[in-house]
Amino acid sequence: MSWAGKILRINLTAGTVKSEPLNMDWAHQYLGSRGLATKYLVEEMDAKVDPLSPANKIVWATGPLTGTMASTGGRYTVVTKGPLTGAIACSNSGGYWGAELKMAGWDMVIFEGRSAKPVYLFIQDDVAELRDAAHLWGKTVWETEATLKKQLQDPQVRVSSIGGAGENQVLYAAVVNDLHRAAGRSGVGAVMGSKNLKAIAVRGTKGVGNIANPKEFMRVTYEKKKILADNAVTGQGLPTYGTQVLMSVINEIGALPTRNHRDSQFEGAKDIGAEAMATPRKTDGKKPLVTNQACFGCTIACGRVQTVDKGHFSVENKPQYWGASGGLEYEAAWALGAANGVNDLDALQYANLLCNEHGMDPISFGATIGAVMELYDMGVLTKEQLGVDAKFGSAQALAHFAEITAKGEGFGKEIGQGSRRLTAKYGHPDLSMTVKGQEFPAYDSRGIQGMGLAYATSNRGACHLRGYTVASEVLGIPVKTDPLVAEGKPDLVKAFQDATAAFDSSGLCIFTTFAWGLPDLADQLAPACGPEFTLENVALIGERIWNMERDFNNRAGFTSKDDTLPKRLLTEPAKTGPAKGLVSKLPEMLPKYYEVRGWDKEGRLKAETRTRLGL
Amino acid sequence: MQKSLHIDPEKCTGCLQCEMACSFENYATFAPARSRIKVFDFHHTGRKVPYTCTQCDEAWCLHACPVEAITLDMLTGAKVVNETTCVGCKVCTIACPFGTVNYVQETGKVQKCDLCGGAPACAEACPTGAITYIDANWTGLNKMAAWADKLGNQPAAA
Repeated sequence: MSWAGKILRINLTAGTVKSEPLNMDWAHQYLGSRGLATKYLVEEMDAKVDPLSPANKIVWATGPLTGTMASTGGRYTVVTKGPLTGAIACSNSGGYWGAELKMAGWDMVIFEGRSAKPVYLFIQDDVAELRDAAHLWGKTVWETEATLKKQLQDPQVRVSSIGGAGENQVLYAAVVNDLHRAAGRSGVGAVMGSKNLKAIAVRGTKGVGNIANPKEFMRVTYEKKKILADNAVTGQGLPTYGTQVLMSVINEIGALPTRNHRDSQFEGAKDIGAEAMATPRKTDGKKPLVTNQACFGCTIACGRVQTVDKGHFSVENKPQYWGASGGLEYEAAWALGAANGVNDLDALQYANLLCNEHGMDPISFGATIGAVMELYDMGVLTKEQLGVDAKFGSAQALAHFAEITAKGEGFGKEIGQGSRRLTAKYGHPDLSMTVKGQEFPAYDSRGIQGMGLAYATSNRGACHLRGYTVASEVLGIPVKTDPLVAEGKPDLVKAFQDATAAFDSSGLCIFTTFAWGLPDLADQLAPACGPEFTLENVALIGERIWNMERDFNNRAGFTSKDDTLPKRLLTEPAKTGPAKGLVSKLPEMLPKYYEVRGWDKEGRLKAETRTRLGL
Repeated sequence: MQKSLHIDPEKCTGCLQCEMACSFENYATFAPARSRIKVFDFHHTGRKVPYTCTQCDEAWCLHACPVEAITLDMLTGAKVVNETTCVGCKVCTIACPFGTVNYVQETGKVQKCDLCGGAPACAEACPTGAITYIDANWTGLNKMAAWADKLGNQPAAA
């Protein structure tokens, strides 16, 4: 077992809260979290709904291993139809909230409709109720968590909420839990805001006690934790340097997108990466990095806790930002830094804090600023319009934009629409560095060819977390492939996408896959959930989930034409580095990918593929 | 030789493996809500600090108990709650200066760390060495070694 076996269904329009048994057939076919929540969504909802309308649904879901001693078993996923892309949105978060929900006795919470006034959901073990959130509306994520803990007189309550970005429908608003862990991408926070749902506060004291074979589960999870501890990436690299260890590596191989992808190497990379975070500041002699931090159950602990220099222009007279808080991960440091040509580490951390505080995806936000700065450079946008001199590299402009975007003030309203809508409005849609409307993360597909295909075919728009072939192409995990060639990448991308879907649906963190493969996942699922979770079955579940998501997107109106990259990456060769002279070889890879997927030329599932996967 | 739980907050990452191990050992359930060791997260300094019973020699809880439900385990030095004797009066929870003995509504008894009979599950589960189970007389040994290293083992000292 190890699923709680119960789900909560909340109709916000009617104000009802109902308990339902979990559909165990679906649990066996789609595991949990990402897969299972998506299954509920695609079965219950028309794929063509307007994402910000009451017809959209939004689900918070844990996996069967969430809330167990399996390393990293603390994760949950928020699944909905995304407003940034119009595709399936599926954002995963760590921290402690997911385990708390599971320990309260629930596998997932499904929200339908729209509340007439702001509400929050309070769950205390078996009891759940909608409560008035008038006093929370307008509050930041940080204030919301503090207020709820105080009001509920329980410092141990865990909160998943939105800030101003979600309330103001920033299309890449995040859902944030435990102050600085986020279901960050695709605008799941905007959907939450559209429903007048401010927060979910949970206290779970029941725990997870229905492991199928507890003794074997403990033996296996200890064995698997040792693999993580002994691995160079999960045992040393990530705890010591965090994901920021990648900044210099990706820059050296010429795949660090810079200034809205005009360049693919950043001269300021050394100022914003792991080394810079560990170097004492000249001003106060303190290292920006205070310590690392784990999420629930995680024996890797890649999280960063960081401070901003109190004397930095961005935080002058703002003591609320002087303490330690969630620090820069690689993707955020890239998006707020290299993507805009900004090399001021303190400014990046200030913008990062604002993203956490107001609930905003730093990747899409930072990448959109990259587009704004390019339009400014071209003279399309002016200082008068923007309220600031927005040349590439301006830390002041970055800080200013971070302040106005979540609040929806001035030009911030347009930045909050994402780069696709913004660049289209100003007549330069080609300058939007997006796939399906979602901004790229920190890897240039000219220098890491597999990632181009992974981005183009990602079910939630451009994303590194749907198929991280960087592991193979750059780090040699599980085998080294050449990042500059197209050959073999369709199979590689498919393998990564399917395995990731399985990991995401289990309740474990995808970062374990630097050391673990699918067999390690199956080894832990079997004693927890039942012997039917063999390697073959788990692999098939991953592939089934991927195809289910794809099928939803097709029904939402996406076609093979949307499996593409911005013109810049297909026609403007990289200027420097090992990939110099190369463009993305996507046209070469895509047809082969459809073939290995069992899709037709339009990118639709063939009948035999549906049959094989039981879709 | 008695051993003590030794806590080094510097090494704690806040993963709560210790809390799950504790609840699993005692209740066969992963439930930090029922753990006898708790990790406190001080957000503005980034510090995470595990805290549990230190097994006082002259234990306030043991002396306060009116029914002598808390007794000394001679082998481990742990002060152990005998659940069949405990009447749930909670006087021990008032007497303990450190808050590490607590009432459990579900059982109507109190609970505290009993060192798992000499093999503490929290220490075994801790992935970073923030919680260790070591010679009770030498919990300062590692700190002494570090200072000794600084005093006499650095090039400048030679």
